[in-house]
Amino acid sequence: MLRYIARRILIMIPTLLITSALIFTVMQLPPSDYFETYVAEMAAQGEKADMSRVEFLKKEYGFDKPLIERYFLWVTGFVQGDFGYSFEYEMPVSDVVGERLALTVLVSFCTILMTWIIAFPIGIYSATHQYSWADYGLTFIGLLGIAVPHFLLALIFMYFANVWFGLSIGGLMDPIYFNQPWSWAKVQSVLAHLWIPVLIIGAGGTGSMVRAIRANLLDELQKQYYVTAKAKGLPPGKALVKYPLRMSLNFFVSHIGDVLPSIVSGSELTAVVLSLQTTGPLLLRALQSQDMYLAGSFLLFLSCLTVVGVLISDILLGFLDPRIRLQGGRTK
Amino acid sequence: MAPATPSDVLRIDDLRISFEMHGHLNEVVKGVSLRVPAGRTVALVGESGSGKTVISQAVMGLLPRNGVISQGQILFSDPLKDGKVLDIAQLPADGSKMRKLRGGRIGMIFQEPMSSLSPVHTVGSQIEEALQLHRPHPRKEARAVTEKMLGLVGFRDPPRSYDRYSFELSGGLRQRAMLAMALICHPALLIADEPTTALDVTIQAQVLKLMKELQRDIGMAILLITHDLGVVANMADEVVVVYRGEVMEAGTVEDIFRRPSHPYLKALLKASPDFDMQEGERLVALRDVSPVAPTRAKRVYDGNSAPLLSVRHLRKTYGSKGGGSVLAVDDVGFDIGRGECLGLVGESGSGKTTVGNMIMRARKADSGEVVFHGEKGAVDVLGLDSHALKAFRPHMQMIFQDPVSSLSPRMTVLDIIREPMIIQGRGDANAQKQRAVELMHAVGLDPRFLNRYPHSFSGGQRQRIGIARALALDPDLIICDEPVSALDVSVQAQILNLLKDLQASLGLTYLFVSHNLAVVHYMAERIAVMARGRIVEIGPRQELFRNPAHPYTRSLLKAVPLPDLDRKLDFDVAMSGGTASDPASWPTEFRDTEGGPLRMVDLGNGHSVLAAERCTAHDIRCA
Repeated sequence: MLRYIARRILIMIPTLLITSALIFTVMQLPPSDYFETYVAEMAAQGEKADMSRVEFLKKEYGFDKPLIERYFLWVTGFVQGDFGYSFEYEMPVSDVVGERLALTVLVSFCTILMTWIIAFPIGIYSATHQYSWADYGLTFIGLLGIAVPHFLLALIFMYFANVWFGLSIGGLMDPIYFNQPWSWAKVQSVLAHLWIPVLIIGAGGTGSMVRAIRANLLDELQKQYYVTAKAKGLPPGKALVKYPLRMSLNFFVSHIGDVLPSIVSGSELTAVVLSLQTTGPLLLRALQSQDMYLAGSFLLFLSCLTVVGVLISDILLGFLDPRIRLQGGRTK
Repeated sequence: MAPATPSDVLRIDDLRISFEMHGHLNEVVKGVSLRVPAGRTVALVGESGSGKTVISQAVMGLLPRNGVISQGQILFSDPLKDGKVLDIAQLPADGSKMRKLRGGRIGMIFQEPMSSLSPVHTVGSQIEEALQLHRPHPRKEARAVTEKMLGLVGFRDPPRSYDRYSFELSGGLRQRAMLAMALICHPALLIADEPTTALDVTIQAQVLKLMKELQRDIGMAILLITHDLGVVANMADEVVVVYRGEVMEAGTVEDIFRRPSHPYLKALLKASPDFDMQEGERLVALRDVSPVAPTRAKRVYDGNSAPLLSVRHLRKTYGSKGGGSVLAVDDVGFDIGRGECLGLVGESGSGKTTVGNMIMRARKADSGEVVFHGEKGAVDVLGLDSHALKAFRPHMQMIFQDPVSSLSPRMTVLDIIREPMIIQGRGDANAQKQRAVELMHAVGLDPRFLNRYPHSFSGGQRQRIGIARALALDPDLIICDEPVSALDVSVQAQILNLLKDLQASLGLTYLFVSHNLAVVHYMAERIAVMARGRIVEIGPRQELFRNPAHPYTRSLLKAVPLPDLDRKLDFDVAMSGGTASDPASWPTEFRDTEGGPLRMVDLGNGHSVLAAERCTAHDIRCA
């Protein structure tokens, strides 16, 4: 098992190197860079950009150096915790992301928790009562959740909340707390605002989760070992939880790998519509304005989380399923 | 029906079971009555679809959700409770009374030892669970009881075996673990649903022996569900034959085998191949079909005495990342003469399928030589580049084991049969269709079925389609990889006869890979026996069956249960020395560790055996 984990960690290094090179290349691909976009934007507004400042920044960030060198500067900085400088916000990337990251993690964490709490019982019920009316009904609602885009759901929510209750449900806190230090009142305000984005963002995830649990569990319910368990005299509920459900968890655990990056990236579009102070809109804006260090570091950060998430899933799977643990090295 | 005596553990009276399908009821068990006396074994015999498994599910209260018992009684009388009778048909399937019976007083083992155990729980914990449900013990004691049970069913190191997972065990050991689970509470009745069908013959003999011993020790009754009359003859005291949900014949094993009266039973007995069949004797299939041989000149092999296929020094190692590797095929060599059928026999894992695949170039051989002597001279099969290989393909075709997964469910029969012709660019669409019609006749199927999809056919019919596909390109050699092992006895007879007829009318040559000795005996003129990746013995059929020289061949032959009461298995002999394919159990003459390197020793008449270099034919005969 230790060798297995060590090997997985070693594999992560080349993966991340390749990913970072890819991200860096993509960031350089557009014909212009942030400064040109900035100058052009200024010119379009009839103003003159401060060329000396632009020159200074270009030098400071090594834009006069060859590509390869810049790439290494960026990657080594990243490893040391220096994520670069956001040109647009004129502060280090880590400061820009700061509080937003905490809020994003909060929203995403609650969303995922809600998804699991709702999806598991429904999925299990659907699988054990396949083709019953309840199964059809739950399936229909779940599909509705998958099919309706989040941002549309957000718009509908906002519209009716405004029309019927005269409420503005956007944001993650009352505007008066923006840029305020954390206080009890601010926390309360966040909690009061939290449930709407959680509900909206969670809708689709819950739907697909229900489908996945149902499908996986249905597969396992056909298996002979479930009959064996019942033939032993186990009560149906206990037999279900101990054998087929346990096996269908494999899918769920391997899914955790995808969850980690989504905790940070959140749902960009929905966050924009609901004007949430999360990292999603930030990434969008950074990509639009070619704020390359902000966008690049963000993307690389997501890649790291993905790789770490997959590692965590793999280790968990190893613990959960002896077939992976004991046969890991063997191939047919 | 024999009169009910108080000593019957199970008595089924006029049982009717229906399945609800698309709103209407489909009766699959139609008034079955049978009894299982205490301490005896009753065999329930029938083909697939006869309802025998459904009956066992009803007894266990494990019918699928759409199954209902519409009539009849399932009376279970527990000898421990002075014959107090419970009607299982009336008990709620998941109620506490039924759950107490299930696993506690009635144990069950299943056909598939691979999937019957959960792969994520240790074997010991799964067995102990049954114990704790019905006879709770403190944890330490429970473990001790479980380990004792593991020892009883033949695990060599019970404390270690307790913590192993099912996928670490061989099929035979898994079935032993299932037995331990079913018997740990000392049930009054064991239901064994095809318990040995998925096992190799030598392992089958061991498991059957074990069941007999445990039956004697625990004093339980066994309801043995099987289609294998050989197993029945060796195990059962009484036999019940079911066909399409009805009892055809019931009686003691003596009555059934010596005086079969019902035509179905007689037919069943005639349909299974055994070692006594004479040269040219045919199996009688239950429902025979008459194929029409395609109008095509039979291959005539005159003046060419070279074998059609020569295999030399074939070798294959399956490596693993962890370092160790498995030598799957080790220096295998043989010839197949023109128009001959060579049988390749061995247990699972012996490498026989790998040999077939390497000859087909479906797997890459590590080293070795395969030479095909066709009409245009010798072809080095393993040396062909991809272009030449494609041109060579029509000479060799394959028939597969699993008739379900070897046909694409998304293609019609016509497409399936045409595909090889399309790939090889033979004729236009019209000619291909005509050929397909001809091939359908050849395998005894109605050409009107050409537009159907495989799912609308039975297993035997699908295997016919697979044969038609293999014939499409007019091959010289067909590799049959366990072509009948997924089929019922009666259907098996049909397919075997079809293959024989085709061989005779088309002059085909077969490499017939199988684990079933009786089937190989019926089909092959010469037989090669494989163990641990090597051919240990090869020779003409009669020679090999009469005078087997290698210890592995001998134990294989001894382990086959025959449907003949006068030649029952000698369980003690068959079982000597654990696994028969383990070289450690062979005399030193046949081992390469002490006797020097091994070579094929010629015993005369084309019969040779793998033995130490220093041995002569005489040494081996006396070993």
